[in-house]
Amino acid sequence: MKLAFNIAKRFLLSAKKQTIVIILGIAVGVSVQVFIGSLISGLQKDLVDTTIGSQSQITLANDESNQYIDDYTNIIANINDNQSNIKSITPTITTSGQLSINEDNENIVFRGFEFSSANEIYKIEEKLVENSTMPNSSNEILLGLNLKETLDLKINDKVYYNDNNPSAKSNVELTVVGFVDFKVLDLNSSWVVSNLETTQDILNIQTTETLNVEMQLKDVFEAANTRDSILLTLNQSNIEAVTWIEKNEDLLAGLEGQSISSLMIQIFVIISVVLGISSVLAITVLQKSKQLGILKAMGIKDCGASKIFLFEGFILGLFGAIMGILLGISLLFVFSTFATTSDGSPVVPLDINPSFIALSALIALTASTLAALSPAIKSSKLSVIEVIRNG
Amino acid sequence: MDNILELKNIDKIYGVNTKNPYQALSNINLIFKKNSFNSIIGQSGSGKSTLLNIIGTLDSPTKGEVIFNNQDISKYTKDELAIFRNKSIGFIFQFHYLLPEFSAIENVLMPYKISNSKVNQDIINRAHELLEIVGLEKYKNQLANNLSGGQQQRVAIARSLINSPNIVLADEPTGNLDSDSTEAVYNLLREINKNNNTSFIIITHDRKIAEKTDRIIELKDGEVYTDIEK
Ligand SMILES: Nc1ncnc2c1ncn2[C@@H]1O[C@H](COP(=O)(O)OP(=O)(O)OP(=O)(O)O)[C@@H](O)[C@H]1O
Ligand SMILES: [Mg+2]
Repeated sequence: MKLAFNIAKRFLLSAKKQTIVIILGIAVGVSVQVFIGSLISGLQKDLVDTTIGSQSQITLANDESNQYIDDYTNIIANINDNQSNIKSITPTITTSGQLSINEDNENIVFRGFEFSSANEIYKIEEKLVENSTMPNSSNEILLGLNLKETLDLKINDKVYYNDNNPSAKSNVELTVVGFVDFKVLDLNSSWVVSNLETTQDILNIQTTETLNVEMQLKDVFEAANTRDSILLTLNQSNIEAVTWIEKNEDLLAGLEGQSISSLMIQIFVIISVVLGISSVLAITVLQKSKQLGILKAMGIKDCGASKIFLFEGFILGLFGAIMGILLGISLLFVFSTFATTSDGSPVVPLDINPSFIALSALIALTASTLAALSPAIKSSKLSVIEVIRNG
Repeated sequence: MDNILELKNIDKIYGVNTKNPYQALSNINLIFKKNSFNSIIGQSGSGKSTLLNIIGTLDSPTKGEVIFNNQDISKYTKDELAIFRNKSIGFIFQFHYLLPEFSAIENVLMPYKISNSKVNQDIINRAHELLEIVGLEKYKNQLANNLSGGQQQRVAIARSLINSPNIVLADEPTGNLDSDSTEAVYNLLREINKNNNTSFIIITHDRKIAEKTDRIIELKDGEVYTDIEK
């Protein structure tokens, strides 16, 4: 064992140039893998974040349309007690109607939020524009930024609201306390936001009632399992739950496409590393056949001779992986430091995941050792007599 | 038991399953005594190397038995043969065959390292002693590649002796040495034979050298032609 390792080491050292070239080859493979992997994972996180990062990922509702969920505080408490994948949870009400000031009328979406928890999903407070304040009493509202222009409004203006729901109050007077830039045209031109009580009051419903309970998850890809678990532990037949996956099938397909292409790239990198190493080692077996013949004549067993080449593969893989990681990390560093947008954030979002990097290294190491398998078998089959005779 | 090696009815046919098989050895029967100093001579192509390789278990006979110290080694597995070669046989090949990546002393120690994971001081001392006997103590740390042909041959002799084998097989060990060096190498082998109780079988085409051995076996067309013992 030790002898095979020492011979492998000596063989590699005696052909330094060749050794360095193979190590560089493996290193480039590993660094490409680390870089592409981090890039694709970063792109995915970025895509998930921009698409569903500011919306509900699981939404509870009454399974009959236009009916409300009763006693929502209990439901939220139940979910908080039993589910581990919940990042934030909040009751919300969504309705629609017309907002009027002077002669102007505008169809809008009216949303009632419990701001303390809703901010974690919708980040409304971060999106307030100058001089706006969060509503802190009833009948105060925030408006999407575009409504400011269409209705020609300013802070502290009074507006009137008529809900489409026949059982709702009519001509409710509301005070504008601010404007929100949701960064989405649709929301900026239609959303009116108040606190939950105001909405409940307009709709004439109980303060224990809500239309939806919205959640964001720690692991968004576990949404379906979390939904099933929520429904099971709630055990309320009139409540239904919808996940982001059902609402964003295109996104999911896109993410899966990326994952598959990432996997393909990695597989091809591994294949080229394996082919490279095994072909070079196969040549080495030929180059060293004289030495193998001598060692066998002196009594090294066939498996001992094979081990020499397995060790060569292992040593090459080890140094290749280490160099590859260093190279890959410097590549990531260069990219995230120098390829930045005007505000200093990286052009390409990178997700540097140490366990992924370690896995890439491990794969390279295993692949290199396995790549040495066929040369190793070849060397074990090499006959002494051929070598001795042919001088 | 006074015999180290017995060959019984050895045939060697190359290319048995081909159109034109070639019988390199036919019906060889030989007995070698312990501590004997033997030579094999014969024309080129007479089967000398074939015979020596069969004795050294590097090749197997088509027919017949090779009996070493009363053990029929033709029944050994490949691994058992490897261990046997390591412990009992020392090889000196015609073309030196050192490991060029290793130094002289590392080459000498190699057969020992193959069967022992630890190298102790005793064996290192022995390696130095052997290098001194062949007159290369000064060159022990030189890479084999950087030694002259004659020096390499002498390292190979030291290497063949490190595991104190029962028998040393040498195929034209002085094949490409000048006559002075050839003389020196033979005197060395002879000395080791006397002092270490090691048997030698040496192939040579140099009759002058063969004359100095205890027994001359001459092969002709794969058969024992003459067998003269002094
Ligand atoms: N692998 C082989 N296949 C076929 N024929 C072989 C093979 N090896 C040796 N021979 C033949 O067997 C005969 C004996 O060969 P061997 O090498 O034993 O001769 P030798 O006496 O050692 O000759 P030299 O003095 O030239 O070394 C030769 O005719 C050779 O051509
Ligand atoms: Mg020969």
